[in-house]
Amino acid sequence: MKNNPFDMQGKEMGWCPGCGNYKLLDAVKGALHELGIDHKNLVIVSGIGQGAKAPQYVNAHMFNGLHGRALPVALGVKLSNRNLVVIAESGDGCMYGEGGNHFMHAVRRNYDITVIVHDNMVYGLTKGQASPTSRMGMKTSLQVNGVMLEPFNPIAVSLALDAPFVARASVGDTEKTKEIIKQAISFKGFSVVDIFQPCVVFNKMNTYQWFKENTYYLPDDYDPANRKFAFEKAIETEKLPLGIIYCRDGRELYEDLLGITHIPAYEHEVSEEAFEKMLGEYR
Amino acid sequence: MSRYENDISIVFGGAAGQGVQTIADALVTVLKKNGCSVFACTEFMSRIRGGSNSTQVRITEKKRSAYVRRIDFLFALNAEAIEHLRDRIGEGTLVFAEKGPMEGMETTDFIDTPFAAFAKQAGNPIFSNTVAVGLVLGLLDIPLNAFSGYLTEQFAAKGEQVVSQNIAAARLGYGFGRETAEKKQIEVAIKPAEVRTDELLIDGNAAVGFGTIAAGCNFISSYPMSPGTGLLTFLAQRADDFNIVVDQAEDEIAAINAALGASYAGARAIVTTSGGGFALMEEGISLAGVTEVPVVVHLGQRPGPATGLPTRTEQADLNLALYAGHGEFSRVILAPGTFAQAIELMQRAFQLADKYQTTVFVLTDQFFLDSVASVEESEIVRLPVDRHIVKTDAEYKRYRFTADGISPRGVPGYGYGIVKADSHEHDESGHLTESFELRRKMVGKRLRRLQPLGREALLPERFGPVEAENVVVCWGSNRGVLDEALDNLQREDLCGLHFSQLVPVNPAVGEMLDTKKIIVLENNATGQFADLLSRELGVRVFRKILKVSGEPFSVEEVVQALGEL
Repeated sequence: MKNNPFDMQGKEMGWCPGCGNYKLLDAVKGALHELGIDHKNLVIVSGIGQGAKAPQYVNAHMFNGLHGRALPVALGVKLSNRNLVVIAESGDGCMYGEGGNHFMHAVRRNYDITVIVHDNMVYGLTKGQASPTSRMGMKTSLQVNGVMLEPFNPIAVSLALDAPFVARASVGDTEKTKEIIKQAISFKGFSVVDIFQPCVVFNKMNTYQWFKENTYYLPDDYDPANRKFAFEKAIETEKLPLGIIYCRDGRELYEDLLGITHIPAYEHEVSEEAFEKMLGEYR
Repeated sequence: MSRYENDISIVFGGAAGQGVQTIADALVTVLKKNGCSVFACTEFMSRIRGGSNSTQVRITEKKRSAYVRRIDFLFALNAEAIEHLRDRIGEGTLVFAEKGPMEGMETTDFIDTPFAAFAKQAGNPIFSNTVAVGLVLGLLDIPLNAFSGYLTEQFAAKGEQVVSQNIAAARLGYGFGRETAEKKQIEVAIKPAEVRTDELLIDGNAAVGFGTIAAGCNFISSYPMSPGTGLLTFLAQRADDFNIVVDQAEDEIAAINAALGASYAGARAIVTTSGGGFALMEEGISLAGVTEVPVVVHLGQRPGPATGLPTRTEQADLNLALYAGHGEFSRVILAPGTFAQAIELMQRAFQLADKYQTTVFVLTDQFFLDSVASVEESEIVRLPVDRHIVKTDAEYKRYRFTADGISPRGVPGYGYGIVKADSHEHDESGHLTESFELRRKMVGKRLRRLQPLGREALLPERFGPVEAENVVVCWGSNRGVLDEALDNLQREDLCGLHFSQLVPVNPAVGEMLDTKKIIVLENNATGQFADLLSRELGVRVFRKILKVSGEPFSVEEVVQALGEL
């Protein structure tokens, strides 16, 4: 798409040629533009990793924080100015490994952000060790006998904690990925999109071809409002489902539970009346 | 005959859950309403029920805020309390306890006190705490009406009968107190001052809380940990009145990162914790350093290492705060010595954090936070709330190079610019860079603010004879104990110097210490602040007075230590 306000001109990219991150970046920027979001009203929070560099290449507000810590930062941003559109974007190691505890509790809170996970099933930036989503048997410099553990299942975990919007996409199809991201961002509440992408340097197992052969799109008549069906889909291992796996409106937002208004925190003033009243309790 | 002048120490001892704290709270409130100058401090075990806890209530002619070992009246609610406090029971200690369960444990001056029988007589055994408060008032010959009023207020919701039964219990205790005073010829010479309505009776948590609210803080994310939790609950209870977002984080790592996210978006954010929790936040402090996002950290100290003594007190986390976080960047460390100072310093903490885009620590400790004392309203200082936030233009760069190293602070959604905060080394626009030249400049930019911060640093407060050749240095919560010890000693060659700002040290402090013999008093094992002074100012510390038992310094031991000089 031309004239995308989210494009950054003349930026040197830190990704390898052929990396799935490029397609994911295009899908995110395309989704944002098509949704008509004002780039001055968008904050992308990320952690550390190759995927976490994404907001470096987007013309929007950015908090590129620490490995694993994107979600608590995003929480602080959202609760301090709920008028902002907030996206937390990082890799599988950052979100599900180092940030696993934050991920669980972020889902529980249900604040209105979109979580985009670059899931390439490997640690890229640290040079090829297993990630929480690495498939069993994958040999690496560290997993010398192959990965021994079952992969972390972000879809099932999200569903178990009642995330109201859970989806999975694959960068093999940028157009469909963009459509899923659009729905996730439009959704009011905590939306998780786990996005498959290859790591062309360190993951020789999960290639474009592998993702094509091992995934399928959910049929049009699939009902994403049914949590039980969603669970069934989440634990499928033969072929991994793509699309909106679960979507339920109506779960109350953490912002609303806390009674947060639309006045940004930087405009607040201390109520002198309340202050006097408080002192009075101690007279 | 026993005569009590200027200073009475009353201690209540019992198991957790027996109501030691309830009694002390009621007593200090009623005493304050009668114009008495009161101070209370508390020591307790890390458990929910049982164990042995105690609270000291001091009534003094001069305003005091220190712990004394001496006990004039001990109210032992169980036998263990006497054992627990055995080495503080002296010749002058009058012990009030039920004889029955304490057979064979009597001390010299033991008064068999029928708390339970009186309570039962009034209507319910649970009224024995009310009996105890009534007894103290009788003993001190302080009118009962203020207590009756207090009980009416406290138990209004439980109905008239409960109120009148409690008042009956108080009267029984009061009568017993009067009788005892006559029998033992106890005379209390402290004349309550005029009753003051412009005085607030608060604990350390409320002091820190008042200051935090006055500063316009509107975001706290924290994980409960004693003694840092008090501020979190204080703000939670007032969140609606002051528009404060209160988030109980899943861990301390989340807490500091959420606070940084909030501050990045324009909130005034704080975290509260203790040493162990803070250790988890260290990477976040480093993040605050590189992103130049302002944040205030309340660090309520308790003895470590690791779990240590969870409910006790110490001042051993100065170095933790000083060196927290990898890499080199600026920070400020404050440590209030009085409640009025805590109210002001919390505001100053936010002011400095926002003005200099840095991390400001406020170090307190269990002793300080759990103590109760009065603050005059005229002592409550209010500082202006200036967030130093600018409306951005389209050319805005978050890390623009400026003469003083401070770039104008924009926040997302306010103005036309893009605000990028980055944990990587970055260029002026906030994008990651590996340029050696930019790196060098950015490190300098982040550290340059240490000079104005040093010049603006609070000077220590001097007390006692200014010309004295020996100066006793203390910081944080030891203000009260040093003040009282010096007052007791009345020596011309000793004066005190209290630091409420520890880092950076104002360069002018050097002159204050020049030619003086320096003694440093601090509640830790190695003399962390003494070392800091030597390092920063090149001064030689003559002697360190240290304590690590987990208790605060008592006035007596400071008097003794200084007497040995």
